[in-house]
Order: sequence, then C-alpha cells, then structure tokens
Amino acid sequence: MNQEFKEIEYSEIPALAKRMLAGGYRMVQICGVTKEGENELVYSFDKDHEMVSYKVHVPFGTTIGSITPEYWAAFVYENEIHDLFGVEFTDSKLDYKGNFFRMSVKTPWKGAEKKDEGAA
Amino acid sequence: MGKRTIVPFGPQHPALPEPIHLDLELEDEKVVRAIPSIGYVHRGLEKLAETRDYEQMTYVMERVCGICSFGHSYGYTGAVEGLMDIEIPDRAKYLRVIFHELSRVHSHLLWLGLLADAMGFDSLFMHCWRIREKVLDVFEEITGARVIMSFCKVGGVRKDVTPEMLNKVAGVCNEIEEEVRKTGMVFMKDTSVKNRLVGKGVLSKQEIIDLSAVGPVARGSGFDNDVRTTEPTYKALGFEPILRDEGDCYARCMVRVDEIIQSMNLIRTAIKDIPTGDFCVPVKGPVPVGDFAYRVEQPRGEGFYYVQGNGTKNLSRARVRTPTNINIPALVKTLQGCDLQDVTMLVLTIDPCISCTER
Repeated sequence: MNQEFKEIEYSEIPALAKRMLAGGYRMVQICGVTKEGENELVYSFDKDHEMVSYKVHVPFGTTIGSITPEYWAAFVYENEIHDLFGVEFTDSKLDYKGNFFRMSVKTPWKGAEKKDEGAA
Repeated sequence: MGKRTIVPFGPQHPALPEPIHLDLELEDEKVVRAIPSIGYVHRGLEKLAETRDYEQMTYVMERVCGICSFGHSYGYTGAVEGLMDIEIPDRAKYLRVIFHELSRVHSHLLWLGLLADAMGFDSLFMHCWRIREKVLDVFEEITGARVIMSFCKVGGVRKDVTPEMLNKVAGVCNEIEEEVRKTGMVFMKDTSVKNRLVGKGVLSKQEIIDLSAVGPVARGSGFDNDVRTTEPTYKALGFEPILRDEGDCYARCMVRVDEIIQSMNLIRTAIKDIPTGDFCVPVKGPVPVGDFAYRVEQPRGEGFYYVQGNGTKNLSRARVRTPTNINIPALVKTLQGCDLQDVTMLVLTIDPCISCTER
C-alpha cells in the first residue's frame, strides 16, 4: 500500500479535487489531526486499488475550500472536521452548520488532553 | 405537483437497531430528497488514542462495533505494525484471515436475518440467526468470547489454534455452507423477497465511483474496490471479488449470500495451507514518529485505518473511517425518487452500522 503523503498548500485543495475527479479517482477519506496551532488534514483517494494521500496544514481559524462540488460524499468528512476540529469550509454542498454531531463535550478539540491514570 | 410533506425516519424505527435520522421530503408517496443526521451516540473513541497507549488502543478499537469487532482490531493492528515496521509471522496472517472471514459470515447472516425480519419473513430471519450461532460458538470455543474476542494484537494473534480445532472449524464451515445454500435459495427465488428487492434503489457503477461507496453496495453495481484483491494472503488463497451488474437491492443481497459461500471456501483453503511456526512476534518500545494508512475489507466494505506516531507510546491520531460512514451518501442518492414503502429496504441494503459510524 502506497504510504507516501504528499504535502500541498490548503489553497490547492479545490484544484486537487478537480484533478483527482478528472483522473477517475474515488475519494477514500479525509482525516483531521490537531497539531500545535494548526490542524493537519489528510485527503486520500484511490484508483485501481492504488491509494494516494495528500497532507494539508491548516492554521487555526483558516477557512478552506470544500471538495463537495467535485466529491459530494465528502460532506460526511467536512462536517465532521468542522464540528470536531473547527475547520471552516466554503462552498459546501451540504453544510450542517455545526449540527452534524451532537456532542456532550466541548468541541472543537484543540490538542491532546491531560493523560489519565490508564495511560502508559 | 403533489403535496410536499417531510416525514421523519428514525432515530427510533423498527428497521433500525441503532439511531440514524433521515428527513424524508415527500411529494405524495415519492421521496424527492433525504437529509441524513447522525451523531446521536458519538463516543469519541478515536480521541482516546491521546490517553491510551497503542496496545490499549487495540481493545478500544475492537469495541468500535460488536459485529465487525475483529475487523477493527485487524485494521488497527495492521496500521500500527506498518508504522513500527513489524513483520508478523505467516501463521498469524492466516489465522487473522480465518477469523476475519468467519466474522464476515456472521455479519452477513445477521444482515440477512434483519432484512428478512424487516420484510415480516420471521421464519427466514430465525433460520439466518440460527446458522449464525455456529460461528459464534466457534469463536467462544477458541477465544472464550463470542463477540469481542481480543484475538488480534500488535505483532500477531494472542494465542495459537490447534490443528484439531482448525479441523473442527473446517467441519463447521461445511455445515454452514450446506445450510446457507438452502437458505440462500429463499432470498434468490422467493417471490415475496424478490418483489421487495428487484429493481429497487438502483445505483450505476459510475454513481458508485462518484459517491465513493464501498463493500457489497459497490460490488452489487459491478465496481471492484474489494481491498482483499491486493492483499497478499488473500491472493495466495485465490481470492476473486464477487460482482453483480444489476446495482439494485437484490444484487446487494445476493453479493452477501455469495460472499458467505466464498468465505467458507477461503477459510477451508486457509486451514489446509496454514503454515506452522510462531503466531506472534514480541513488540517493544514506543511508536516512531511518522504515519501509516492501512485498509481492511470489512463485511460492510473498505475500512480505512490511519495512525500517526509521535515517538511515545501514545499515538497522535488513530483514525477509523468505517464503511457505513461513506455509504451514507450512496443511501441518500438511492432514496431520491423511491417510494416511501421502499425506504426500509433501501436503508437496510447498505447494511448500516451506526455503532461503526459513531466511533
């Protein structure tokens, strides 16, 4: 399995989605990771069982382009990333406006919590 | 234009064992739009990676879902092993395949039972679940647990399985196959079943690609995105994906019936060819800095596992993208234009697992 994570700028995301769609790629997932002062998003696509992944660094408070105009199914991930990681998306084709998850704890998360006693 | 009405479907509904909500916008009896809502029972299990070490997270991951429990531990350990550059013994790979395919069999039988139950075909429902019990009995005899088995661990599997027990598993596979061939004929031939499924919720191959759908939903429309196709152990067992072209509810149902028979063959071949030797390797130390993505073909479709290490025993991120997560858009698409009476069948044929979705 291809383990290369190509780094791109967040401004390149809509163009990336257009390129992948034109190339016949299926979207696999979008993942958010909270880092110091930023969120790291991992976009994965697949064609003929070969997966390619792209990493994007998004500073807190930054609004980025949605890929739902190209991959409508991405609304599942973008709304999740909005609710849990606080990333805002423009031009979303299905925006739940923060109501995708009904959480009893405060979100978005901003980094690791203090380790509890169960941790090694 | 007919009268427009919004009918709420779920989160509590007889067809749904778990909570998902759909706002069905109707024009007379036709659904013109469906808006899904999830997040009723989101548990934040991925978040626990920050406070549990990578070994403890195996136990957390297998609790993402009770039906595909083994598959989640398989996917997660595969990702951690990739990150830590651990090569597990061949015997462990075969044992994982045997357990994974047994899990697929019991998951598909559970689903077939639920489908029959939703149709009001209760005797068929009970037969499916009766057959399924045989798989759970095997799990219990080997691991002591029927659902969450803690069989997979980083580095291999937790215990070896004796040749006598493997022969017994092969025997149980013969029994299950004989029964599934009889029960499967009901799904294949019965008029009342076919009336509910044939020609309903059709998705073309291109729509599957556009909607990123996975699993039997994709394979029922002729799109092969079965992760097992490229998995070396499955290749050695002669795996070929099961595909159908109709793209309707019936095709998705028959893919699952055929996959049960296929899994029986894979298990018997794996038992015949299983190598001798170690069943795990020792694993020590923290996870290195870096990341690794791993995919496993769960009963409901491709599961995606991503881990990010930071040089400690905790992971910065443990991500699970479950198959239902990405089949919800396909469900929404199939609902557009369907009759209200078909909504239950359409929802069920994606085999929604909300427990997985609300990881």
